[in-house]
Amino acid sequence: MANKVKVRICVGTSCFVMGAAQIQSLEFNAPADIADHIEIVEERCMSLCKDIKRKYRNGPFVFVNDELVEEATYEKVVGKIREQLKKS
Amino acid sequence: MLIPKNNANLMRTKILIRLAESYLHDKFANADRIPLELRPKEMQPSRCCIYKDRAVLKYRCMAGLGHCPEEEQDELTSLREYGQQALARKTAPKNKLSVIDIACSACVKSQYVITDVCRGCFAQPCRLNCPKEAISIVKGRAHIDPDKCVNCGKCFEVCPYHSVVKIPVPCEEACPVGAISKDEFGKEHIDAEKCISCGRCLASCPFGAVVERSQMIDVMKEIKETNKKVVAMLAPAISGQFPGSLNNLVGALKKFGFSDVIEVAVGADITTQKEAAEFVERMEEGKPFMTTSCCPAYFRAAQVHIPELKPFVSDTKTPMYYTAELVKKETPDCVAVFVGPCLAKRAEAEWDPNVDYVLTFEELGAMLVAAGINVDECEELPLGRVSHIQGRQFPVTGGVAGAVASLVGDKFDIRTEKVDGLTKENIKLLKRYANKGGDNNMLEVMCCEGGCVSGPGCIALSKKAARAVDAYAQSGEPLTPETKIS
Repeated sequence: MANKVKVRICVGTSCFVMGAAQIQSLEFNAPADIADHIEIVEERCMSLCKDIKRKYRNGPFVFVNDELVEEATYEKVVGKIREQLKKS
Repeated sequence: MLIPKNNANLMRTKILIRLAESYLHDKFANADRIPLELRPKEMQPSRCCIYKDRAVLKYRCMAGLGHCPEEEQDELTSLREYGQQALARKTAPKNKLSVIDIACSACVKSQYVITDVCRGCFAQPCRLNCPKEAISIVKGRAHIDPDKCVNCGKCFEVCPYHSVVKIPVPCEEACPVGAISKDEFGKEHIDAEKCISCGRCLASCPFGAVVERSQMIDVMKEIKETNKKVVAMLAPAISGQFPGSLNNLVGALKKFGFSDVIEVAVGADITTQKEAAEFVERMEEGKPFMTTSCCPAYFRAAQVHIPELKPFVSDTKTPMYYTAELVKKETPDCVAVFVGPCLAKRAEAEWDPNVDYVLTFEELGAMLVAAGINVDECEELPLGRVSHIQGRQFPVTGGVAGAVASLVGDKFDIRTEKVDGLTKENIKLLKRYANKGGDNNMLEVMCCEGGCVSGPGCIALSKKAARAVDAYAQSGEPLTPETKIS
């Protein structure tokens, strides 16, 4: 597997408070099958929360490669990473 | 703890944000919509139905407004009214952890249960090893009499089929001092006399049934509706809690309306100096050991649960105390707000005349989110006073002892020990020290494992926060016993 899955976690204040901080545990205890295949990036506010329809309510926002995960949780992100790994 | 945020504590954050938003938007005129918005009709209920979910949410909102659900007078009182009552009160709501009885699932009391895996074997080691004769064989299978069982776990250890399971009551297991227990209906209650406000029950309850009274609304009211200067005192554990620099955060807080920001690490420097001097003095008097006193949950535990330890607890005041003293000396009529990771600080603040309110990082975060403030886009503003390496190290386990040791230097042979986490085992260790002494003479006691960076009011992961604390500490100047702090 040459290409790593890029996980961009928004660490703007609203996403961070809403749970992005906890998704960062991927850095320490990602499941063994994905641990070596991910690259985690802390992204500054991507202004998705400023979208009036979404607001902070749909945060935290995480991009797994180019796919947006709304109301992201650790489980959701891990699931999306596995999906992307299967594709590649 | 490396546990991803779960539904129970994520919901708490959401509630706080909604309440802050509701206050800022229309002073709670529409607050009664919050439970409905958080549990819309189309959503899968997490309890028996969405109506019960909403009822529980209403109680959690009550606590977020600073009311105690146990003190409910009339079930029809609306959140709007509770909001108005919160705005009308003149002093901070009293610190209290309590259980929402309808949310408490009344987890089964029996800690050990024999499952269907039991083969009803001939050897019956469970029955023979039970010290209380609580196990009998019923219909070819072992059965535990809950009235006789003392939860020793012997049967669990000896069953060759691993048929015995341990079913914990999470809050009771988490409470290090036995302050939470069941009533006649199996619902949990917290004994305020025994409670040390550590918040472990709150963090551990899978039903989100444990709440504490927030002072968030009171602080927002002081900022938005009075002309008083409101000063934020940021606990040293602040590093890493909000992405962006500390100076960005100062900008963010001023944008919200705080008039000044001070690091509690400055007070921690003073604590370090005084505690080091006190240590040397006590040792020269021939005392066997001394413990730190800055963790308020531990301090109270020593007062209430380990009285034999009291003579060995340092008399030096906490970083919050010295910081608030500085703040009030400079601006006597200001409102001093401690912002930290700790729930027990609320209890400490009640007897500290200089501290007016206590917020958690989570509550501060909720306020910023509600106000639409993104910390790392805020102007970088300076802090008035500069803290030192030692004071900045306080929130990570070993930091306080290390700071004190660095100032004791060669004045006395200091041997430090970290008592990392006020667990039942560590309470035993402390009792042993009080009664018989031990190998070391300086004990640092932290109620939360890992230190304040693991506190119940934190946002960031403790591991990442600990790194940020360390990096910030290393960027500072070292403190000496002579450094003047004013």
